[in-house]
Amino acid sequence: MSVLTNGHAVRTRTRELLRIATAGSVDDGKSTLIGRLLYDSKQILADQLEQVMRTSERRGDGYLNLALLTDGLRAEREQGITIDVAYRYFQTPRRKFILADTPGHEQYTRNMVTGASTADLSIVLIDARKGVSEQTHRHAYIASLLRIPHLVVCVNKMDLVGYDEAVFESIVDELSDWASRLDIGDITFIPISALHGDNVVERSRAMAWYGGAPLLYHLEHVVIAPDRNLADVRFPVQWVIRPNSEEHHDYRGYAGQVAGGVLRPGAEIMVLPSGQRTQIAAIDTYGGELDAAFPTMSVAVRVTDALDISRGDMFVEPDDPPVASRELDAIVCWMSDEPLRAGARYSIKHTTRSARAIVAELEHRVNVNTLAHERADELALNEIGRVHLRASAPLMLDAYARNRATGSFILIDEATNDTVAGGMVLGAR
Amino acid sequence: MNPFTYELSHLETLESESIHIFREVAAELERPVLLFSGGKDSVVLLRLAEKAFRPGGFPFPIMHVDTGHNFPEVIEFRDRRVAELRERLIVVSVQDSIDRGRVIEERGPRASRNRLQTTTLLDALAEHGFDAAFGGARRDEERARAKERVFSFRDDFGQWDPKRQRPELWALYNGRIRRGEHVRVFPISNWTELDVWQYIAQERLEVPSIYYSHSRQVFKRDGMIYALNPYVPLIDGEQPFQASVRYRTVGDMTCTGAVLSQARTLEEVVAEIAATRITERGETRADDRVTEAAMEDRKREGYF
Repeated sequence: MSVLTNGHAVRTRTRELLRIATAGSVDDGKSTLIGRLLYDSKQILADQLEQVMRTSERRGDGYLNLALLTDGLRAEREQGITIDVAYRYFQTPRRKFILADTPGHEQYTRNMVTGASTADLSIVLIDARKGVSEQTHRHAYIASLLRIPHLVVCVNKMDLVGYDEAVFESIVDELSDWASRLDIGDITFIPISALHGDNVVERSRAMAWYGGAPLLYHLEHVVIAPDRNLADVRFPVQWVIRPNSEEHHDYRGYAGQVAGGVLRPGAEIMVLPSGQRTQIAAIDTYGGELDAAFPTMSVAVRVTDALDISRGDMFVEPDDPPVASRELDAIVCWMSDEPLRAGARYSIKHTTRSARAIVAELEHRVNVNTLAHERADELALNEIGRVHLRASAPLMLDAYARNRATGSFILIDEATNDTVAGGMVLGAR
Repeated sequence: MNPFTYELSHLETLESESIHIFREVAAELERPVLLFSGGKDSVVLLRLAEKAFRPGGFPFPIMHVDTGHNFPEVIEFRDRRVAELRERLIVVSVQDSIDRGRVIEERGPRASRNRLQTTTLLDALAEHGFDAAFGGARRDEERARAKERVFSFRDDFGQWDPKRQRPELWALYNGRIRRGEHVRVFPISNWTELDVWQYIAQERLEVPSIYYSHSRQVFKRDGMIYALNPYVPLIDGEQPFQASVRYRTVGDMTCTGAVLSQARTLEEVVAEIAATRITERGETRADDRVTEAAMEDRKREGYF
């Protein structure tokens, strides 16, 4: 496969680290699936297994309750629910996986958005007996909204519907039809039984009619679409390295994580928001200078001119800048008990830049079941809507669809310091 | 890093994420501090801090909470490493907290200062006015930690409330706090034990000698192997014996178990970790064995 970067065609290799987000309703067996994935791929170690066996026995589960592997907090084990995003780590000889395990109940959608924000792939679970639910719609919609390039739909509890192909096919048809209205690059359906292990790691003997791969094989081999933007140079300045030593008296290194494009020594850059131009003198790391830096490398850039540059500025290619604007349209996921209303003021954090922002207008709320745009006076906890924001300082904006790093922001309530929203830029005004 | 494909290896991906976290804290908080235990995870933190801030100095001091029950090899390593780095070290001690009457020493053969550290730590954070403390905790270590954010908000009492965590989206961290509150920041949250060892091997980092196989007088208790040491009196029937051991974690001599091992080099340790069938805390940490939610309870109180 090749992707186009600023003028250079390059090959891409298999992604070594895959970030996965899972979501499912309370009872559709997500914890069991993850437990099964870890257990069958031999990531569960002897002492963890022993602890689960003891607890299963004490609770009288009557079987090895793999869900107990992932329920971390006391309240969760007592109530048999998942409260918060839990991160799991497992690996196979082909890949390493970071799995953000998010609870499915409605009041915790904020956690799902959190887990999904960095994911390459999302796994959605459906209970085969119940079929497509409101939760399924919500999860598929959030996955598409956050632009997770790959969606895997596991139709679980196939054992409870007699491993019936017709049940599976009708769920595939129904969800495919609904999802055709969403922007999802790749959607894969797998019939499984997490409890019995069918099509999780091992191919199911009970479902010979299924011609696809088991879940783990799919996770190991799926070719991750190049979701990083290698075309538009974006380098938000995070920190200025200015040593106090004699030896490095004149050193000025602009440190940050590359958010887009490929930086090279000698390249001309523009500093936003000032618009001043300079050249990259060198790209420094602890290990030495580099010929190129690309997403998501953390480096320090030196420039040829002595300019006034500080945190919150952005280095960009002069003929391909983002839009520097105080006005923007965005989709926000609301994460606070206190609803969002037009006229409210928040702190906005976008790349390394913070400013104040006022909600100039709440344009509509998205009904996640029908995808309809509804008129709304406020956005309540876990609701999603489109807003027009006005910021106190210019932000260097790309559409989220073009760059996840320079197209995303959070809103912070200045009274409580809570993060109250995650936002995705549609465009500058 | 492969300059022809623009893909990073998994360690490079983790490293750049951690460096980003270090710089974000330095930029957004007033008085950070790096908590250093002398263990492998804090050795990695120091290297990541070098990568984030060199050729400048660290924009924060290094602090060690000394229980007085540490392995002498670890204290020796700590002093040498910090001197090499030419950074500032603050040592606060649990003994001081005991002497000042802030905490009461546990008694008996199973006494440990593990829990007392929390008070010493919180007192030191308050005394120095630190508003952010870097720690080397990883989410793969333990079930409560699996649910903790990278920026872990702590209230006036240093407490962690798992139900009131801030959503953490993309790489946009919210470090805003009120006076008296602080954040614990875990830059290697997403690293596994194997990642840490692979990184130590890649960077050729020195770790305290007790991580490598050595011969030592040990005794068995509750299925674990402990070093014979002045702080743990033997209970009837416990017989010390000589064994080839190494440590997977570094904590107090009172609660850190050893594993039988012949791994004397970094490569041998990495191979051993890759093949192990028991978790590091399960195998070597008595402090997590008290109850199923031992770590959760201590974290709520303000533990590391």
